Amino acid sequence: MKQAVSSKSVISAKKLNLIFKTNDGAVHALKDIDLEVEEGDFVSFIGPSGCGKTTFLRVVAELEKPSDGEITVNGKTPKIARKDRDYGYVFQAPALLQWRSISQNISLPLEIMGYSKNEQKERVEKNIDLVGLSGFEKKFPWQLSGGMQQRASIARALAFDADLLLMDEPFGALDEIVRDHLNEQLLELWKKTKKTICFVTHSIPEAVYLSTKIVVMSPRPGRITDIIHSDLPLKRPLNIRESQKFLEIAQRVRRGLRESHLEN
Amino acid sequence: MLFAIKNKVIPVLAVVSAIGFIWYGFTIFLNSPWQIQNYEKSSVEWSFVDLAKDTMAHERPILPAPHQILSEIWQTTVKKKVTSKRSLIYHSWVTLSSTLMGFFMGTLMGITLAIFIVENKAMDKSLMPWIITSQTIPILAIAPMIIVVLNAVGLSGLLPKAMISAYLSFFPITVGMVKGLRSPDPILIDLMKTYSSSRTKLFFSLRLPSSVSFLFTSMKIAIAISLVGAIVGELPTGAVAGLGARLLTGSYYGQTIQIWSALISAATLAALLVISVNIISQLTFKIMGMQR
Ligand SMILES: Nc1ncnc2c1ncn2[C@@H]1O[C@H](COP(=O)(O)OP(=O)(O)O)[C@@H](O)[C@H]1O
Ligand SMILES: [Mg+2]
Repeated sequence: MKQAVSSKSVISAKKLNLIFKTNDGAVHALKDIDLEVEEGDFVSFIGPSGCGKTTFLRVVAELEKPSDGEITVNGKTPKIARKDRDYGYVFQAPALLQWRSISQNISLPLEIMGYSKNEQKERVEKNIDLVGLSGFEKKFPWQLSGGMQQRASIARALAFDADLLLMDEPFGALDEIVRDHLNEQLLELWKKTKKTICFVTHSIPEAVYLSTKIVVMSPRPGRITDIIHSDLPLKRPLNIRESQKFLEIAQRVRRGLRESHLEN
Repeated sequence: MLFAIKNKVIPVLAVVSAIGFIWYGFTIFLNSPWQIQNYEKSSVEWSFVDLAKDTMAHERPILPAPHQILSEIWQTTVKKKVTSKRSLIYHSWVTLSSTLMGFFMGTLMGITLAIFIVENKAMDKSLMPWIITSQTIPILAIAPMIIVVLNAVGLSGLLPKAMISAYLSFFPITVGMVKGLRSPDPILIDLMKTYSSSRTKLFFSLRLPSSVSFLFTSMKIAIAISLVGAIVGELPTGAVAGLGARLLTGSYYGQTIQIWSALISAATLAALLVISVNIISQLTFKIMGMQR
């Protein structure tokens, strides 16, 4: 409840629409999206594939332009927010450069943003530590497992200390054990750094476990069908997933997903 | 390691001995009409063994036997001073120097064109048709003109030949490099956008490193056709030195053994050049951490 008082808008979307014009007709990827993401929120986006989760994150990052409606990022247009390097983006694939070692990959944004050599080194070290990849600095991406590669890409997104993290199904391709582990670590990281996180997922338990706010979406046209505020305690051991409260929230998410499914 | 060598050596030896066997067969077959005529003229008795022996000892055979070519190569490499006009090493060096010069010019030109094409939409539309057209003109038709025109402006010797090599070799480099510079995964381009990266940084951090493997593949093709270009460049000038010149004088005087030894030298040179590029590319990949 403390957050609601001191809330500062990080992402604000009003009547946001995006229509892709393709050769076989128009795709209404986002329809009338109204959403507020506040500072310190952990927002999960969940819904069947094709419901516009990726597209929404891409609009926030100005990788796509909305057809209609309004969106601000930190109170600015997405374009200015991008210029100001307001967010780190973690893609579904690790998207590491094959010819760079892990530490060189993590320093890529720092090089581009013109950080000094010393600062680069410091930040790379700190963030490698943070994601638990110490000792793998000199390894090349292909020498690491999928989970480790994805952690490297998270470290890279954290390296320049943006207050907002956009994560598009970062753990989608990983097995469940690795995924649980990374979920715990991500939650720790979020608590430690007090960042705002937008997190796309397919998995109900993942969404409930991580989030303060769950956005349930539905396809054709892509729209928001439910927004659930989670009141799970901030301290979340993995076994919280068996608690009554957890199951109730998961139940509501599932209902939201099913309803949108039946409508179609 | 031993296993790998065994795995490579045996097939290679098998192919080489098969080619040798067929070659000797053709040597006897192609040179026998003249030999038989000769036997009949001087009405000597002859057996097949005589025929086989004699057809492999002609001074100007239609097809020389492999050992004749090898002995000619031995005579004109190891047994001759490299400064001698009859040394194959001397002639190979003449051709090699213009090959390398042309290759470097072509590579430089190819990379430059590729950068223009990738970085500039108008260039993409306007340059590519010309580049493709340039390669549809047979090199044999323009080689003499390049030589003559350059001679008229006072350029002769190495440069005109190198220009022909460059003319041939820039093409695969441009095509490969354009493909390479455009090869980065869209997700990586998006990543750079989220950093609000400048175009220059995008180029040097992402496009250029992504193009390296494409560049080396093109360079292997380019260096081989640079050699072809250098040899073709020696033909119309009546050059006195170079493998092309050896081919030309050989054919004036019906010196088939000389022609074949020049051909074998050219092939060996081409193989060595491609292998060198390959070694450099392996080293580069190793430095870039991309070998697996
Ligand atoms: N660049 C594009 N061009 C055309 N259609 C697209 C494009 N990107 C996404 N779409 C369509 O928009 C819809 C939403 O896609 P997306 O946001 O990727 O869904 P999600 O991430 O929820 O699976 C899908 O129907 C998809 O086919
Ligand atoms: Mg998606």
